This record gives sequence, C-alpha cells and structure tokens, in this order.
Amino acid sequence: MIRWLFWLLGGLLLGGIVHLGSVLLLPRTATQDAYTRLSPSAPANSMVPMPAATPDDAVLPFMDPAFAFSVCRYDLTGGPLKLRVPVSQAYTAVSFYTRNGVAYYAINDRAAGRKTIELDLMTPQQHADLPDDEEVTSADRLIIESPTATGLILVRALGPEPGLMPMARRALSGAQCRQQG
Amino acid sequence: MRLLFGFLFAFAVAAVFGLGLTQYALTRGTAFGAITIGAWTAWPKTGTADIDPYARAAVARSGELPIGSGDGVAFYAATDDTGRPLDGRCVVTMSGITPAARFWTLALYDPDGRLIPNTANRYGFTSQEITRAADGNFQIVISARARSGNWLPTGGVDRYVAVLRLYDTPVGVATRNAKDAPMPAVAESCP
Repeated sequence: MIRWLFWLLGGLLLGGIVHLGSVLLLPRTATQDAYTRLSPSAPANSMVPMPAATPDDAVLPFMDPAFAFSVCRYDLTGGPLKLRVPVSQAYTAVSFYTRNGVAYYAINDRAAGRKTIELDLMTPQQHADLPDDEEVTSADRLIIESPTATGLILVRALGPEPGLMPMARRALSGAQCRQQG
Repeated sequence: MRLLFGFLFAFAVAAVFGLGLTQYALTRGTAFGAITIGAWTAWPKTGTADIDPYARAAVARSGELPIGSGDGVAFYAATDDTGRPLDGRCVVTMSGITPAARFWTLALYDPDGRLIPNTANRYGFTSQEITRAADGNFQIVISARARSGNWLPTGGVDRYVAVLRLYDTPVGVATRNAKDAPMPAVAESCP
C-alpha cells in the first residue's frame, strides 16, 4: 500500500514537470494558432483585407466586430519590409505579432501623429547591417525590430457606426506592406 | 514485474495530472497580471512582449491575437457583479461609465470567441452609438427580446462572454483598481 503511495507521489511530481513542459512547448506545436489560420488566405508579404466576422465564420476568434482589418503575413528572410497605412477618420491601429502570436509592438494613428503610418520592419540582424549614413537619414522613419523572421501585422480601422464601415474598409484598402529590394 | 506496474502507474498519473492541469490552466485563464474590477477582468500584460508562458500557450491554442498594449486593453466579463454566469435567456443590465479612452467597443462572444448569432445582426456597440443620460452615464440592456434604448440581442444562447475594449487609453499594466478604471456595473435578473 505504502509502495503505491510512493508511486502516486512520484507520478504527481512527474505530472508537474509534464505540465510545465507542455505549457512551454505548446506555442511551438500549436496547429490552430493565428499564423497557421491566416496562412491559406494571406500570401506572404502582401496586405490582405479580411472579411468581416460573422457568428458562423470568423478567421480568428475574439475579433472586434466594430473594426475592418487587413493582415500582412510577413517573412523577413528576403529583406526588410516597408509598411504604409493611411489613417482613417476614426481610429487606426497597427499591431505586430511574432510567429507565435506575441504582440511585441502596437501603434495607433495618434501616436504616429500623421496622415500615414510609415514603418520599416526588420530583424535585429538587418537593423545592425544598415549602413551608418542611412541611419541618419532615417531619423524621421520608424524602424521596428521583429524578434522572429516571420510573423503577422494586423491593421485595423474602426467603423464607429455600422454606416461608417465602408469608410474604414476604404481607408484600409490603401494599406501596403512590401519587401524592399 | 511489480516495478514495471509501478512505473506504468506513475507515468499514467503524470500524464493525466500534468496534461489535465495544462488544459485547466489554459481554458480557465490564469491570475498572472490580471486586473479585476467588478465583473470585469483584463490581462494587459498579454498584449506585450512580457506575456507570461501560460497566456502565451493559451493564445497559441485559441488562435486569438491579443490587443497590443500600444493599441488598447480588453476587459472580459463572464459573470455579473455577484458572480452569476451570464445567461442569454436572462436580462443583463450594464450601467455606469467607462474609463477614459478615445473609443470603446462592447461585443458578445460565445466561450470559443465566436460572435453571438441573432436575427438583428447586431454583435456589439461602439462608444459613439450609445445614447447616454445627461450626466454621461449609460445603460445597456442585453437580452433575448428587443428593448428600447441601448439593446444588445443574445439570441437566447446559454453562455456568453462580454468583452469591453478600450482604445487609446491610459488604462494598462499600471492600472490597479476601480479608481483608475471605473467599469460599468453588471446586474443579471433571470425570470
């Protein structure tokens, strides 16, 4: 009897390790994460408008129905990415996610402070490889470092009333993400 | 032989206990960095690079893209102020004010994050659509049957989650209590 209690205790301890291990490994093995869900509909390094969510059909869970959104699935292995997003009348935000869905950077139209949000996205290595003189001229352009070579950019424009959704969608249709050189 | 059975038993316990704990932690949500104000809970850290391993795993599992902290913060309510689960057949009243934000939106989802189906095709409100009283307070009624004023249909579903998102807001990782972020009261009355 005592012997089985020891086996049980050992099993519970091992279970604790299994638990921690599975939590840490899950992001790498997930088959339904946002990047995987978006891969069929969003070709790499181009801005793709997403259909409005409905109860039967949503590309991603828990998306805000008051927003129009576009997605750029990026792959920086071929070079840095240039992002241009014209802001809409109401509210526009750009969020950056790693391959595993970690939101590492987000900016809204007010923080950007202009009519167009312009950003350069690159890996830390590509940033380090930038020539020095270019660094100086780039003072007015925002450089974001992506922790992973692949990931997602989510561009969202608010339609404050249902009648303003076409306006939000139109504003997003001008958004671009393009690989440089 | 006995040793073999012992090992098998221990491994079985480990697998069931370990994976069960993981499943539980990821579906129930963890307390790390949570801000709870009345019925509402937010995890502002989930929208940053400092996201904890549990939230990271939960995000990868559900496929959700959390709101980045430079964008806004999302408050979730699955119960009313007294802890009773939100039920689509009951009448839920949300009243009061929201924290400072340029815009906010309210939307209803099933526990898996799908919008709640209804014949009116109305899934939520934005701060601009709400009619308010003269003092700035508002009241939103969430029920299966149509109401006057700010009404959100539930379609009579069993369980739902209300998500109130604040955009361009000072509310975030540094927020502690209702004084920093006054959230609307949630009251449910069931027939």
